[in-house]
Amino acid sequence: MDPLGDTLRRLREAFHAGRTRPAEFRAAQLQGLGRFLQENKQLLHDALAQDLHKSAFESEVSEVAISQGEVTLALRNLRAWMKDERVPKNLATQLDSAFIRKEPFGLVLIIAPWNYPLNLTLVPLVGALAAALSLHCPAGNCVVLKPSEISKNVEKILAEVLPQYVDQSCFAVVLGGPQETGQLLEHRFDYIFFTGSPRVGKIVMTAAAKHLTPVTLELGGKNPCYVDDNCDPQTVANRVAWFRYFNAGQTCVAPDYVLCSPEMQERLLPALQSTITRFYGDDPQSSPNLGRIINQKQFQRLRALLGCGRVAIGGQSDESDRYIAPTVLVDVQEMEPVMQEEIFGPILPIVNVQSLDEAIEFINRREKPLALYAFSNSSQVVKRVLTQTSSGGFCGNDGFMHMTLASLPFGGVGASGMGRYHGKFSFDTFSHHRACLLRSPGMEKLNALRYPPQSPRRLRMLLVAMEAQGCSCTLL
Amino acid sequence: MELEVRRVRQAFLSGRSRPLRFRLQQLEALRRMVQEREKDILTAIAADLCKSEFNVYSQEVITVLGEIDFMLENLPEWVTAKPVKKNVLTMLDEAYIQPQPLGVVLIIGAWNYPFVLTIQPLIGAIAAGNAVIIKPSELSENTAKILAKLLPQYLDQDLYIVINGGVEETTELLKQRFDHIFYTGNTAVGKIVMEAAAKHLTPVTLELGGKSPCYIDKDCDLDIVCRRITWGKYMNCGQTCIAPDYILCEASLQNQIVWKIKETVKEFYGENIKESPDYERIINLRHFKRILSLLEGQKIAFGGETDEATRYIAPTVLTDVDPKTKVMQEEIFGPILPIVPVKNVDEAINFINEREKPLALYVFSHNHKLIKRMIDETSSGGVTGNDVIMHFTLNSFPFGGVGSSGMGAYHGKHSFDTFSHQRPCLLKSLKREGANKLRYPPNSQSKVDWGKFFLLKRFNKEKLGLLLLTFLGIVAAVLVKEVSSVSAWLPIVWDVRSPCAWPPHLGSEARLCLAATTSRK
Repeated sequence: MDPLGDTLRRLREAFHAGRTRPAEFRAAQLQGLGRFLQENKQLLHDALAQDLHKSAFESEVSEVAISQGEVTLALRNLRAWMKDERVPKNLATQLDSAFIRKEPFGLVLIIAPWNYPLNLTLVPLVGALAAALSLHCPAGNCVVLKPSEISKNVEKILAEVLPQYVDQSCFAVVLGGPQETGQLLEHRFDYIFFTGSPRVGKIVMTAAAKHLTPVTLELGGKNPCYVDDNCDPQTVANRVAWFRYFNAGQTCVAPDYVLCSPEMQERLLPALQSTITRFYGDDPQSSPNLGRIINQKQFQRLRALLGCGRVAIGGQSDESDRYIAPTVLVDVQEMEPVMQEEIFGPILPIVNVQSLDEAIEFINRREKPLALYAFSNSSQVVKRVLTQTSSGGFCGNDGFMHMTLASLPFGGVGASGMGRYHGKFSFDTFSHHRACLLRSPGMEKLNALRYPPQSPRRLRMLLVAMEAQGCSCTLL
Repeated sequence: MELEVRRVRQAFLSGRSRPLRFRLQQLEALRRMVQEREKDILTAIAADLCKSEFNVYSQEVITVLGEIDFMLENLPEWVTAKPVKKNVLTMLDEAYIQPQPLGVVLIIGAWNYPFVLTIQPLIGAIAAGNAVIIKPSELSENTAKILAKLLPQYLDQDLYIVINGGVEETTELLKQRFDHIFYTGNTAVGKIVMEAAAKHLTPVTLELGGKSPCYIDKDCDLDIVCRRITWGKYMNCGQTCIAPDYILCEASLQNQIVWKIKETVKEFYGENIKESPDYERIINLRHFKRILSLLEGQKIAFGGETDEATRYIAPTVLTDVDPKTKVMQEEIFGPILPIVPVKNVDEAINFINEREKPLALYVFSHNHKLIKRMIDETSSGGVTGNDVIMHFTLNSFPFGGVGSSGMGAYHGKHSFDTFSHQRPCLLKSLKREGANKLRYPPNSQSKVDWGKFFLLKRFNKEKLGLLLLTFLGIVAAVLVKEVSSVSAWLPIVWDVRSPCAWPPHLGSEARLCLAATTSRK
């Protein structure tokens, strides 16, 4: 008995059978997602608080509102997105109909992480369901959702409550740990969307290769944060600290480490201390605005990192609470563990560089990160960092604000991932763009140019026809 | 191998390949190479595939020249940053998408159109500012050699290199780390390439194949249909990834189709097909034998003649083909055209959907509704209705497969996009820190509501002036905290509209600001 196989078979059959369904069906699924968020807000807030000690502010802003925003955006723009896209034609195809048809892939697998368990599950889900909506092909994608087992409380809601809002024939939630996920990956999907670590990203892509399944991998890395001498340390401290300690540092796009001169460090440290005190009070452990580490394993990992360099701010931890104080480390060496792995916690190492050149060189020596930050009053400095490095995304003079704009694609490059989503990019990610050329049965005389037997004269006529247009096209 | 790749990477890291002028120069040099060394190129390809020089020119060289010209014309526009729509939070910032090169790209070419299938991706990779390692197919030996000889004479020798070799060398090459791998070939090797890429998290574009079905409806002009199909099928001796692989039609049409194709073949290639300069040969003995084996047990309507010494297989049509036989199990990639009779279009659609998604799908009919239905109810890389092959020639189309026929796409701008990283950039200023106080802890319900407002409200460009003043008003309210004095003059300035979702916890002046900024539908 293979219950998993049965679930997948059911969904595939639904995908094929669903061709006769009206388009409204799919819009209803998205509306269902919207209602799920609205009607279960308190439930979700509580679950997020239990899993990650998220404050109402963080839950609202980074989980519920973002997901809601994507649902609304998709519902509003669906018609426009799913329309056949006309394309410019060349000489040979002037009288034909040429368009790109957006089609669902079929069976989609979404594997979600634990750090923003609602957002990073629902936003891809919106894209997968939206890509379905087609006037022509109402069936759309069928989705298998594999939420993270580590964020247990949200996982429970996604498994038990969410299915009440989305039609079962096109949606299933599969639960389990690494072993079950491995089994899931042995099956064939038509698209896999994975958010998680690069290590597991490789496993997912390798499994996908066996079935030639296209993938989007939203991974991570160490996001550098360059702080120029020419800036206001308090402003920079506010911004860097907020993005670093948000969700207790468990954010794939959080500034991972700071690069600055020793002089800047001297000015930054008191500013950071002031910011941290203002944000979380004298005893951050009692602040309702600071999250907790998701589980013991991550906690132990992070506590070990506290031994790197020297603790300049914070450094306290409490195992019973999985609490780690907002921490700043200095005198950190490149080879120390805190600079070798993505931190994913409320620890901010500062690495000294002597110049902008050295900072850029430091960044480029390492893997391409998911995000890159540069702080300076000089837009030249910011632009220089931008042009001389590569990263998934970039924000000058702030943290991951670029994520709040659905008009910007969100994704990594190199080891930080491949593919992208948010807004229309989600829709495009989950659809196959099919080139469609509908020729008229007429115009056969023109076609005769391409048929054998060929001759130099024919070729000349061909070239004359092309040159006359002044366009580059292929007339076979 | 490792040293070669490292050398290319060093060249990329020098930054040479990035400036627009350099990319344009390299593309112009490539164009010169194609024009000045046309003879050498045509000779090489002709030797590999027994192809007439005319056919090489019209099938390969024209496409390459067209693609280069298209790039030269459009690249200056493509490399520029593209501003994007902003929201209330970012309205004073710069937000755009900046295309950037990926780094070192590996292009593995195919043997059936050895020039265009290697050079067209190369054009895209150069245009996007990358360094490239080209691995032409060893099966088209002469082309592989000529590329290794000519490319270094025209292009930068450290940024764009050719590595030749067979399976062993390719396997070694795939162990190295690239920033993108572009592979054209078959499904089995496609899986190997993707698996190798997974070890380094390298994105891939796989242009594979499949059995491209060709449905012929009763309601069509069979003369024209058969001419077009004959042209597309027997071009390059059937060795085309988007050739119509097999025909689906009602049984009553079979005889006519056979007759008309036979007549067309005569018209195209003459009475003695072997002598026609326009008819190619099978690439090698292994494929010759493979295709021959597909004929076993089949009803040959016409054709079927072969000559192992010259690797010649005549244009062949099979009728009443059983879907379970070998010829319907693998991509034919040869001049054999099976006809599988079906009762009607429903059966044809089911037949197609029971199989792997093909690279191309063809449907011939005067009935526009039928064509639409065929497209709506199936999936494939691309479609041409009432003709074959032609969707390949329009470079405003993304050309690529889906499912087992491939992933990713290229041609024209799609090549540029494939080989670039489209990097989202947001540039803010260090000023206006006061406004950020809204987001910083300690949090409160009103901050939650503000957070929702800023995230969920769209930014309407026409209201820039209004919003700017409102924004400054908010900043003033937060910083100065002189609530009463601000609220005194605000109602006079702003026309209060009825709001949609108001956060209920806000003070009066904030409500007025909200009212002013509520976007009108």
